[in-house]
Amino acid sequence: MSSAGQAIRFESVTKSFADRRVLDGVSFDVPSGETFCIMGRSGTGKSVTLKLLLGLLKPDEGRIFVNDVEIQTMDSAQLVDVRKTMGFLFQYSALFDSLSVAENIAFPLRRHTRMSESEITQSVRERLADVGLERELDKMPLDLSGGMRKRVGLARALALKPSILLVDEPSSGLDPITTREIDKLLMNLKASSRTTVVVVTHNVSSARRIGDKLLILHEAHIVAQGTAEELDQSRDKVVQQFMSAESEVKNAV
Amino acid sequence: MDNSEKSTAGLTRTLLSETGLITSFALRAIRVAFQSPLELREIVHQVYMAGWRSLPLVMTSGLAIGVVLSIHTRATMERFGAEALIPAALAIAMISETGPLMTGLLVSGRVGAGIGAELGGMKVTEQIDALESLAVDSFHYLAVTRIIACMIALPILTTVMNFSGLIGGFLAETAISNVSLGIYFQQAFAGIGFIDYVAPTLKTVVFGFIIGTVSSYLGYTTTGGSEGIGRASTHSVVFSSMVLIVINVLLVRIILVLFPAGAL
Repeated sequence: MSSAGQAIRFESVTKSFADRRVLDGVSFDVPSGETFCIMGRSGTGKSVTLKLLLGLLKPDEGRIFVNDVEIQTMDSAQLVDVRKTMGFLFQYSALFDSLSVAENIAFPLRRHTRMSESEITQSVRERLADVGLERELDKMPLDLSGGMRKRVGLARALALKPSILLVDEPSSGLDPITTREIDKLLMNLKASSRTTVVVVTHNVSSARRIGDKLLILHEAHIVAQGTAEELDQSRDKVVQQFMSAESEVKNAV
Repeated sequence: MDNSEKSTAGLTRTLLSETGLITSFALRAIRVAFQSPLELREIVHQVYMAGWRSLPLVMTSGLAIGVVLSIHTRATMERFGAEALIPAALAIAMISETGPLMTGLLVSGRVGAGIGAELGGMKVTEQIDALESLAVDSFHYLAVTRIIACMIALPILTTVMNFSGLIGGFLAETAISNVSLGIYFQQAFAGIGFIDYVAPTLKTVVFGFIIGTVSSYLGYTTTGGSEGIGRASTHSVVFSSMVLIVINVLLVRIILVLFPAGAL
């Protein structure tokens, strides 16, 4: 089956850990330039999906395409070129503890470009300005708040100007205001560079804000995918519970 | 099969399985070490971390060991009226065995634990995955560079340990016999040839390989949060020290076979 026109394609992907199946024949497409939100309860294989996309994990069965290239059969040397076209914002940022904020962002530039030190410094300043942290250049990651670390992680993920950005739980551990700020950064990114963004989240209101399309995983299967409006109309009980969870919490409060 | 037999069988299976995995890790490290990019900058940084920063520990230990060995040697030599042989006896003891083995064990404690904890911490905080996501071969960048750094640092540190030991021996001797530094070192090196120094010192390259490989493997395969990091750190010291002591027996035998007259 052709994957032309799609930034990402999952074809009948299955993944198990020990005797637990976390993805069972999962298929979906992400068109170029769209923001695609994968939702589901904890432990339903959302983060595994992202790691499969990056080649950090291999599927037991099925095929995965990134920019029309099949990746699950690639070895680590071949994956290097694919990974240069992708950025990954980790759930807890995963900044390198031993490097400053500026060095974290400069790291991929030093590794993969022929930029001079002055060009790297300029690029680092621009990426930090994009996330509103241009004054935190010399701080160490441990001196930053959770929200700031997330923004530095985003700046690092965007350092090589990837065509695909993978984001794992952007609102995890953040207050609602910081969550909105991160959402706004992701929306700006889409508007300014047409980057394809895949976001794993359990925050329904965040997914409604940033997602062109939403997908809900439940017990290793996709139970629904479509726009937020389409999912609101779904008669599936799991989808209804998930999409209304936020308003139920608000009402309870 | 009773419970004790079952647990012994389980332990043996785990030990064999871990040995196999570490061997596979070591072979992969040897293969990857020659692949481009060679990561020279990171190797230099790791030599600084493993070597330069271990100097105070190695020098202090060497001095203390030299003093103690000298005191023991004098007590023995005095009985035979052979005090003049004390520097030579100390030099032989330090260069042939005490220096290399003590340096290996000290570095296994300081550097091995550090590598286990550092890589373990990077594993559980997803920093290793972050390296991969930035299109960097984390195995080459983290594990291979540390293994090579240990292999470079160990012979240098062993030389420092040997020299510190002789200085310690001289300080202990000069307090009793007023021997001069020049004469002491002349007597110490009188019976030692170049190969006597090279063979035992080069065997510490193997010690460095063992320490780097075992602790990188344990750090790289850490699971279970802060408890896992602690476990990786402790096991790095225990396992690398154990393997180092056992391999040392083999290496001493090989050196004696290869250099029957020369290597002390």
